[in-house]
Amino acid sequence: MRKYLLGRLAQTIPVLFGISILVFAMLHLAPGDPADMLLGSEATAESVEKLRHDMGLDRPLVVQYVAWAGRMVKGDMGRSTVLNRQVLPEIVKRFKATLILTAGALTFAVVFGVGIGILAATYQHSVFDSVAMLIALAGVSMPIFFTGIAAILIFAMDLRWLPSSGMYPAAGGDIFDLLRHLILPAVTLGAVSAAILARMTRSAMLEVIRQDYVRTARAKGVGERRVIWVHALRNASITIVTVLGMQFGYLLGGSVITETVFSWPGIGQMMVRAIQARDYPMVQGGVLLVATSFVFVNLAVDLLYAWLDPRIRYS
Amino acid sequence: MSKPTTEMAATETSPSEVVPPLRQSLIARLARNRLSLVGAFLVAVAGFMALSAPFLPLADPNAVNTADRLADIGSPGHLLGADELGRYILSRLFWRARITLAVSLAATAIAMTVGTIMGLVSGYLLGWADTVISRVVDVLMAFPFFLLALSEIAILGPGLLNGMPAVALVNVPFFARIVRGTTLTLRESDFVLAARGMGAGHSRILFRHILLNSVSTLIIATTLNIGWMITAAAALSLLGLGVQPPTSDWGTMLASGRQYLSAPPHTSLLPGLVIFFTVLGFNLLGDGLRDALDPRMREV
Repeated sequence: MRKYLLGRLAQTIPVLFGISILVFAMLHLAPGDPADMLLGSEATAESVEKLRHDMGLDRPLVVQYVAWAGRMVKGDMGRSTVLNRQVLPEIVKRFKATLILTAGALTFAVVFGVGIGILAATYQHSVFDSVAMLIALAGVSMPIFFTGIAAILIFAMDLRWLPSSGMYPAAGGDIFDLLRHLILPAVTLGAVSAAILARMTRSAMLEVIRQDYVRTARAKGVGERRVIWVHALRNASITIVTVLGMQFGYLLGGSVITETVFSWPGIGQMMVRAIQARDYPMVQGGVLLVATSFVFVNLAVDLLYAWLDPRIRYS
Repeated sequence: MSKPTTEMAATETSPSEVVPPLRQSLIARLARNRLSLVGAFLVAVAGFMALSAPFLPLADPNAVNTADRLADIGSPGHLLGADELGRYILSRLFWRARITLAVSLAATAIAMTVGTIMGLVSGYLLGWADTVISRVVDVLMAFPFFLLALSEIAILGPGLLNGMPAVALVNVPFFARIVRGTTLTLRESDFVLAARGMGAGHSRILFRHILLNSVSTLIIATTLNIGWMITAAAALSLLGLGVQPPTSDWGTMLASGRQYLSAPPHTSLLPGLVIFFTVLGFNLLGDGLRDALDPRMREV
């Protein structure tokens, strides 16, 4: 396992390097000179030249990259050109909100997706199976923004059960207020993943249920509940974990739309605003943080995968 | 098991009546799957909306009628109501289908072309070309899908023409991976070895033999991809980063309707429903094509 872990860790290095190159290039690929862009159209030629020198833009690109990467490693992501604040504390604060939303969505997706998938496989060809799979089939095609708007209309505006925007009430609140605010965005964001998980769990369970060792367990007199939840689920979980890992990237990307629809103060909403305002340090910091965390989530999923199925780490 | 069945069939019917399953036409195989027929119907409706808009007696989609602001569904003269500026929603849904589908199809075409070339070169040449391309694909896949599109828009700036390559770029790795996989298998197959033995050049082997034999995989991947493209393009417009006013698509219709949710909500729900049914159509059709053309891909 240790050898596998080290090998897998080594694989992340070129990917992280590639991400850093892309993020660094962002400012340089944009049309116009970065100094011009940061100072705006009314800046004098001297002030632009001074900023170019201060930012090191008159140095070779490789030198600029090494200096930039060094600053990033130390956590210095520069100052937001719009907010005039340090980027790192701002994106960390926003990222926490996004992680809460993503965790809520993932919890919903796992509980409902895996639960419905197991029940549908257990009662294959029943009415529950047919209805659940039809809903899952439609759910996969449901755009997040449409689900979000429909959820706001029904549960916030019509029934008035849940708040439609923000993370806390305007006057502040406790954990229960946070949970009340979290329900609609988390369900909206997690709905597609739940639908995909339900379909994949059902097919994985159906495949496992037909295996010899499940028949043996039944023949030995093991109870049906134990056969399904212990013997079958453990072996179907390899497929489930793989799908779950793939869904995490979808959830992080989808959080941008969910946060905008529900005014959730996360990193996605911040990045949309930063892109509109051409606040490059903020966009670079946000992209770097989200992409890097995604790489490590993928790493964690791969390790979990190897733990669940020992054949992987020895192959 | 199959042999006795074939023999039985041969004795009971004349040989001309026996149709081997593999020879059945794609349409016949698709038609056996009712959900894929529903998908094909929904895609046809979306296509009809886009193509027929100039030929139908529809009202001007940009004509502002302040007296009819937010007119309800079924109100006189407004079958599907009017939006916040009194513009006819039915007419706008038909006309805006053109931009939505054009952007999505163009983005899919770009992603498919670039991804296919990368996959072919990578899987056929192997060596350093494969290493470089595979690492580029790894880096692109290291980004959460939508974040990559946002990063590109951050560089190029918002707009229709920038949104299109942005959603395309996100899907390049998807096509590159699939085509690389089929190329790796096909390059070792007997017919490619035979073609090489007969002196065929690299480009002939790549495009005439390997690419042609990857077409069914590409058709499935493309159909399944278009639904995602439509959603992504609409989402970019909703965020104000895609199609910019005065041009609009279904996404911008939904975005402007979102401001008036407390009024009759059809201004945002109708474009949302049309997007949902179109995406559902492409997904169902893609599923059906996959089952008909290549059942091995069922769990991909």
